[in-house]
Amino acid sequence: MPSTILRPLALGLSSSLLMLVQAAVAADGEAIIQKGGASPAAMPCMSCHGADGRGMAAGGFPRLAGLPEAYLAKQLADFRAGRRESPLMQPIAQALSEAEAAAVARSYAALPKVNVKTGAPERPREGSGAWLALRGAWERNIPECTLCHGPSGVGVGDAFPPLAGQSAEYIEAQLRAWRGTPAQPGGRKTKPVAAVPPTRRNDPNGLMQHIAADLTEAEIKAVAAYFAGLGDTTEPFDASQHRLR
Amino acid sequence: MMITPRRLGTVLLPLFAAQALAAEPARNPRLDDQTQLPKAPARALGQNHFQPPAEADIPNNAYGDLVRRGQDLFMNTKALAPEYVGNEMNCVNCHIDRGRKADSAPLWAAYTMYPAYRKKNNKVNTFVERMQGCFQFSMNGKAPAPDSEVLTALTAYAYWMSSGVPIGKAMPGRGFDEPPLPRGGYDIARGKVVYDRQCALCHGVEGEGKKVGATSVFPPLWGKDSYNWGAGMHRINTAAGFIQHNMPLGRGKTLSDQEAWDVAAYVNAHERPQDPRLVNGDIDETRKRYHAEDGVNLYGVVVDGRKLGQGVK
Repeated sequence: MPSTILRPLALGLSSSLLMLVQAAVAADGEAIIQKGGASPAAMPCMSCHGADGRGMAAGGFPRLAGLPEAYLAKQLADFRAGRRESPLMQPIAQALSEAEAAAVARSYAALPKVNVKTGAPERPREGSGAWLALRGAWERNIPECTLCHGPSGVGVGDAFPPLAGQSAEYIEAQLRAWRGTPAQPGGRKTKPVAAVPPTRRNDPNGLMQHIAADLTEAEIKAVAAYFAGLGDTTEPFDASQHRLR
Repeated sequence: MMITPRRLGTVLLPLFAAQALAAEPARNPRLDDQTQLPKAPARALGQNHFQPPAEADIPNNAYGDLVRRGQDLFMNTKALAPEYVGNEMNCVNCHIDRGRKADSAPLWAAYTMYPAYRKKNNKVNTFVERMQGCFQFSMNGKAPAPDSEVLTALTAYAYWMSSGVPIGKAMPGRGFDEPPLPRGGYDIARGKVVYDRQCALCHGVEGEGKKVGATSVFPPLWGKDSYNWGAGMHRINTAAGFIQHNMPLGRGKTLSDQEAWDVAAYVNAHERPQDPRLVNGDIDETRKRYHAEDGVNLYGVVVDGRKLGQGVK
């Protein structure tokens, strides 16, 4: 029987009080992931991001396992400040205390990093998602994704998160969040649709915004599918290896 | 092993070269260094840059295999040719979009300009010698032999990319299209402000760059793992051109001439590996010989009470 089910039963009513104390002393990231934060609005992370932290593709819930601690902490802060909008995540991020947010970021960062099998350089076909990922569209000043997100999109440093290991749903949603939606002029039978401004404005130096704005809908789908299809090998991340581009 | 005249040559040549270096430590006479190139012609109004052939058009034969190998080496120089690369740089770090992008020293604007006659020293240099210079300076390494697999593949890649470019015609887009020195000059301290705000995210506060595993993703901009004092990029004017056209990645042409010069000066006011042409271990002598008239650079110049050009290992 998983302890996640037994423990709350055993603790009963005192659990939230206990966690309040815990959070005040040193927030326990794993406990918050499994059972939520001290505030009832801080729901358990795992209910959407999965028991293993690998996310849930169907709901567009991203993988958090193995992401850099600083990146995760920044996202929580950005949700709180509204620089990253999400009707679901914003109230949760606001309900977490600063210590709890830091503890959650630390716990997720400690889980295994995504890994993609290394191999010979890929030969992408022009116009494909792989092409955008590996070659970019420099005639539109769009660098290949892997130039900043690293070979195979495994992520670089604290500012460029892994794209490998994320679902197509999540990647698509983020690109659209950076892009927003341009206004649609009304036709004879259709009403004009107002522009939706970007709901994600937390990219350092605005690096993602223009890229997302200049991608077509088909390109967004293709490039998201490419990274989603890279999979996640069970082999541990070998930092001594070169990764070919 | 039979010693044929040719093999004798390959055995003895390095010895002669070493002797020549001992007698004349200044330079390998065959080396094509990275001194300032003449300004590229401007584009006619409404005219596009040259479009290199598409990757899909590389033929599926032995020639195509060599071209693809060249492209792989171009993008993964350190990983695939580690014996020639002494730092964490790859060709593609300075030649954006695999050497295809205009104003980022594209290969298609370089290949057809060789062999090049240099009036300054009355020498003729080949394209292969130019690439050897890249390995010695930009990659602070060892030049592969002219007939090596590495240089043969890189030559094939450059040749393929130049399909359709007239021989010997300077093309718009060549080099880095450097912005003019702003009227008030440049300011290193102001450059640091630009750097910390726009560049440190990827290249690190200490210019150390960023890696994934063993692979350098964002190249180091100074220190032991960056280009050396002999590289063309050590010139502030050249770096200003590269930066203004290409940096931050995907947001080129957003820095003003002033910002580009300031930040280029800040980057190039840091120590890096010694110029391999160092004359008698003397920085001043080396400056006089190779840097004094090579664009705008800080080699041998005292900045903040310290003479630059000491080199780092």
